[in-house]
Amino acid sequence: MIIADPRPLLAHQCVRFEDGLSLDCGVELRELTVAYRTYGRLNRDRTNAVLVCHALTGDQYVAETHPLTGKPGWWDAVVGPGKPVDTERFFVIAANVLGGCMGSTGPLSIRDDQRPESGRTLPWGTDFPPVTIRDMVRAQKRLIERLGIARLFSVLGGSMGGMQVLEWAALYPDCVFSAVPIAAAAYHTAQNIAFHEVGRQAIFADPDWEGGRYWEHGKVPARGLAVARMAAHITYLSEQALTRKFGRRLRSGPSLTLFDDLFEVESYLRHQGSTFVSRFDANSYLSITRAMDFFDLAAEHGGDLAHAFAGSRTRFCVISFSSDWLFPTAQSRAIARALNRAAANVSFVEVESDKGHDAFLLDEPAFHRTLSGFLSGSAAAAGL
Amino acid sequence: MNAEPHLTAPNGIRYVAKNLRLDLRLIAGMIAPDSRVLDIGCGDGTLIAHLARERGCDARGIEIDMAEVAEAVARGLAVMHGDADIDLAHYPDQAFDYVVLSRTLQAVERPREVLRQMLRIGAHAVVSFPNFGHWRVRWQLFSRGRMPLTPTWDRPWYETPNIHPCTIRDFFALCAVEGYRVESWLAADQAGMRAPWRRASRLANLFGEQGVFVLQRTPNVRKDRPA
Repeated sequence: MIIADPRPLLAHQCVRFEDGLSLDCGVELRELTVAYRTYGRLNRDRTNAVLVCHALTGDQYVAETHPLTGKPGWWDAVVGPGKPVDTERFFVIAANVLGGCMGSTGPLSIRDDQRPESGRTLPWGTDFPPVTIRDMVRAQKRLIERLGIARLFSVLGGSMGGMQVLEWAALYPDCVFSAVPIAAAAYHTAQNIAFHEVGRQAIFADPDWEGGRYWEHGKVPARGLAVARMAAHITYLSEQALTRKFGRRLRSGPSLTLFDDLFEVESYLRHQGSTFVSRFDANSYLSITRAMDFFDLAAEHGGDLAHAFAGSRTRFCVISFSSDWLFPTAQSRAIARALNRAAANVSFVEVESDKGHDAFLLDEPAFHRTLSGFLSGSAAAAGL
Repeated sequence: MNAEPHLTAPNGIRYVAKNLRLDLRLIAGMIAPDSRVLDIGCGDGTLIAHLARERGCDARGIEIDMAEVAEAVARGLAVMHGDADIDLAHYPDQAFDYVVLSRTLQAVERPREVLRQMLRIGAHAVVSFPNFGHWRVRWQLFSRGRMPLTPTWDRPWYETPNIHPCTIRDFFALCAVEGYRVESWLAADQAGMRAPWRRASRLANLFGEQGVFVLQRTPNVRKDRPA
């Protein structure tokens, strides 16, 4: 047997669905696994569940030490006891997305379409069928059902997580009491797709990618994946944030060499790239970036985003950040206006921040106050 | 259902109404309980908080000042950042029972269009505005020949946001031109106390510091009907 995943073997908490999942691309996954984590306690009426959707490179380890990196959970600032998403009040669920690499079905999973006579159990790799944001949401819905929850009090997430939030509200409106798409968009723009394509090409260009079958050779396309991460990371930060953190400072003295001395920002990006490689699978990166690129919620509803939310009784809170140029405020405003056209209950706030797209992950008190207030107001309306 | 602790003070006394600005209380009194309300220029959401909690309304707001929006949403209110001149166009017809515009009409770019939009998206429009016909305004302009500065019109002409001042009689005239039915109206002083001359518009126009109107769109008059 070929070990597809060079990372330390981890036993992720997960549920398996033997009846599989029908994907938007027409392929039937024969078996579906959803890895997940929960925080807090489900109340007796099962009405206090909050689903947190993660972004491109996030995972289900939202509010606890990450088992691979040893670092705090990616939304530790937001989810936890007494925090905006208060785990003393809410039962928080987070699932690894379909196509991910932290235990849910994805390119690292053993493929389920092999003939038994082949005698080998191979991972999907690049043959993993293309998945969509809607497929990810359908997989999450299966998990929620398995947990015995009929309606989520709230679905929230940033960036690609926000795309899932919008898809949840459109696909299962009666299962979502409140929805918080943060730093998100209803479709991926040409610019968004372009940046992703740079990342994908960096992976393809790495000889260690081996046409997507790097696991057969005991390799990982570390350089390509790292460059993809570096390019993407620039889009997550604002120019002000980079200037504030690094300016034009060199790591050593102000000497002029071609490559020996590093600008601090170079060193930072290299670090981001190299640490990413140790926790993420390249084919997963390809699969998920593609899912984001395919996303266009209005197109799924006859070209009018308002149709996606027609008759919705969900309470929405759309949040953007002023310095986010990857998912700019204009995108969030377009969502808010579509919700207005659907006569939905919507709050819309642009949080003043110089931290760029990543602001939703960082310590941003104004954002936390907004989120916390919206959830409290919604909890009152829900009778929680 | 459990009582919501933040809706009432620990001693059980509802405190929202007490803190409500007097002119907002005047407007709140014109809105039927349990109705759907949109407050344009809602500030920190004081009026919609009151309507939601005291009158059971589904009350939402639009506000152009982002700091106020953040404040309102952090209080759990359904408020969105938006501009009355632009964003009303995105609401569907008759989505609300009442659309409120409190002391903002004189500051929008296109007051006539804003009123049209209000009565398109709502069954009733509740509009309050400072009255430029007040005697103090008239006297200052007459006696000094300079733009008036009063407690209501308190910013010099070159930095006032109030780019479309009007009088109570002007507003009646606009309603007539647009075919709006004035369901009720009153004049009030700056603090929002009702003035006694609410039946005589000429007196109200002289002594009222602000006008508060409830409008309805009249059904389209059929053109084939004989005059």
